[in-house]
Parts: sequence; structure tokens; C-alpha cells
Amino acid sequence: MSGSDDAVLELRAVHRTHGAGPAAVHALRGVSLVVRPGELVAVMGPSGSGKSTLLALAGGLDRPTGGEVRVEGQPLGALDRRGLAQLRRRRIGYIFQQLNLLGSLSALENVALPLELDGTSGRRARALAMAALTEVGLPALGDRFPDQLSGGQQQRVAIARALVGERRLVLADEPTGALDSQTGEAVLHLLRRRIDAGAAGVLVTHEARHAGWADRVVFLRDGVLVDTTAPLGSVEQLLSGSDR
Amino acid sequence: MSIRHGLLALLERGQMYGYQLRAAFEESTGSTWPLNIGQVYTTLSRLERDGLVRPLPESEAGQRPYEITDAGRADLALWFATPISRTDRPRDELAIKLALALTTPGVDVRSVVQAQRSATMRALQELTRLKYGSNRPEDLPWRLVLDSMVFQAEAEVRWLDHCETSLVRHQPSGPAPPVPRPDDADARDAARWAGEEARR
Repeated sequence: MSGSDDAVLELRAVHRTHGAGPAAVHALRGVSLVVRPGELVAVMGPSGSGKSTLLALAGGLDRPTGGEVRVEGQPLGALDRRGLAQLRRRRIGYIFQQLNLLGSLSALENVALPLELDGTSGRRARALAMAALTEVGLPALGDRFPDQLSGGQQQRVAIARALVGERRLVLADEPTGALDSQTGEAVLHLLRRRIDAGAAGVLVTHEARHAGWADRVVFLRDGVLVDTTAPLGSVEQLLSGSDR
Repeated sequence: MSIRHGLLALLERGQMYGYQLRAAFEESTGSTWPLNIGQVYTTLSRLERDGLVRPLPESEAGQRPYEITDAGRADLALWFATPISRTDRPRDELAIKLALALTTPGVDVRSVVQAQRSATMRALQELTRLKYGSNRPEDLPWRLVLDSMVFQAEAEVRWLDHCETSLVRHQPSGPAPPVPRPDDADARDAARWAGEEARR
């Protein structure tokens, strides 16, 4: 891992401890990670290994107790609440298992909301939201309300909201949660496409099949990164290996 | 699966000679199962011996096509209708390796688990990449083969996760005895379980 000049996300020896004294829980203990444009990193590990803590720190939703988190070179620790909120709205997209779509807003309005909150004009926000809905294959359903959409369609709207505008960092926590395997795969396909177009992504998952979409898989255990994998160099090696 | 039934299935499409069969076989398995031409001819001669295919006259280019017989069709239909039995598959070397790692002094089982998980995960990443790249409608047979490998790899990783959790809970009670003791309560339990399993 040489220079990290072009890193979209960088964690430097990050620690996160909850509580103090003998009852302290060390959720992360010195985790370092660099994610570059065009790279999707999957984080795997047993329950309680620190996966979700890592994602919350990467997205500025939580602050480390030690070490540093940088997004596009900007140390998050140097930002006040307002600056952090602005960075989150503009540059970071979140995809959670709970979709958090607002039931009183249409699909298009849900997607446009973060842009409008950030001061983008209504007209422009809607145009960008429509582009994002088109990217996820739902250009015709912008007027529907969440309860008029299937689970898979709702998840796509949530993804469009995470990708809308100029988000450079996409953070996904078990994004295919309740979806069937085909719909879940479609979600990962969309995520992969956005990453290939130059974003950086972190995908927290306990499903190996989903982690398979990543360029790198890191394994967390008890708050420490224990291993990292990249794909094999050659297809031939893989296929000959399968013929055991 | 046997190459035999693979070749029979291909000949059901129409007559073919050796090189055509090899190419068609590799195409339909997405080259996950490379065949050499020797295997094709050996298999064809066994199929011929068993009356499941018959050779046709050589072409002017010296190629001898084969066609499937009625007996071959019946054999093929039976193969498609019969589920693959798990006992026909080779023993799982990995399961045996982990079981031995657990009882061999000086082996760090968690490292064995992690090394395997990383290797399987790497394979899964590569398989997913291949799948991502094959989205034409005519790629479907190949994608199904890939999916099968993807799901097997996933199952292996899940099993390794499960092993790791079991290891964390496992309290080592010193080195394993060199031979099972028949008077051991666990051994009696195991024998009783095995007996009940056999009666089911």
C-alpha cells in the first residue's frame, strides 16, 4: 500500500473504544485501510468484529477515539458538525438494510431530497434525481410512493438516493438484506457499475457471495484486520483449481 | 458426472466427430472442465462398445462422426432423471484436513481456517468477475455453471465461518488421545448416535 494521494477513503490506525476502564469495549483496534477510485472493498467478519463501526467511522457518522479518518484527503476530525454534515450530503452515499425512505415523498422526491437539503435548486435536484433513477432502471416510477413499490424497487430507490449527484464514496451495510438472490444480485450489479465509473465503495456483508463482487475483501476479527484478499491473477488457475 | 453422459448429451443434438465434441463440451461447460482429445476418443470407444453410440463412415477429410443410438438415448434420459448422489462425490479433503488440524499438536487451526477462507474468497471474487462479464443471453449455460461454483464456494466460506465460531467456543482439553477409548462417555454417545442414525 504505497502513497495514498488518490485515496477516496483512508483510515489510519483507527481505534474506537466505547466506555472506559475495565468495562471498555474496543470495537476497533488500530485499523488502517485505503480505498481508491474504482475500488470496492468488502468487509467481512463475525458479529461484533467491528464491521459496522468501521462503516460508521468511514462515513463520519461516528468519531474515532484514536487515529484518523480521511475522505478525499480531508481529515474528518478537522471538520465541525456543519462541515461534516455537508461532506456527508455531497460526497458520501449510504445504503443500509433499513431503507429509510420517506413515505410521504415520491421516489423522485426521496432521491432529490439530499440535494435540496444541500441547497441545490429544485429543478436541478429533480433532473439529477431522474438521472439516478434511470441509472438504477426505474425511470418510469419516479411518481410512485414507497408503498406502491416492491421491496426490490424500494431498494433501488434507496440506491439512487445514495448515488445521486457527485458522490465519490458509497458505503453499504448489508444492502441486499431481505431481497431474494436475483434482486440482491441486481443491487450489487448497480453498485459495481458505479464503482467502475470511478467511485470508491465499502461493502459490509456477512455473505461471501456478495463479497465476491469486491476487488478486495478484508476480514475483521475482534476489531483487528486479520487478512486481505484480492482475486487470483488468472482465470486458468481458477478453473484448473475447480477440477479437483 | 461422467464425460460419457456429457458426450451423449451433445450427440443428442446431432452427429459429431471427436474434435467437434471436444469443442462443444468445453463451450457448454465454459471451459471449466477442459478435455483432451484422447479422453474424447477413449470415451467414444467405450460408448461404442456398450452400444450407446455408433460410428458413421469417414468423411473425405478423414473425420469419423458418431451418432447416438436408441440405447444411448435411454441411458441419457435415465441420467437426466436421476439425481446425483452425494456418496458418488469424492470425500471432502478440506473437512478431513480441519478435523486432523484440530487433533494434531502444534497446528494453529484458526490460521488453517483463515488461509482456506482467503483462498476460497479469492476464487469467489474471480468467479463473480467472470459472471459480471458474461451477460449475453447466449451466456446463460455458462453463467449457470459459474453460479454453481459460486454457491459451492459460498457454502464453503459459511462452513469455515461456522468452524471458526465453534473453535472460539471450544475449550481445548489437552492433546487428543492417540486412539479412541471405548469406555469414554463421549465415544459411547457417539456410538449410540451412529446407531440411531443408521436405524433412521
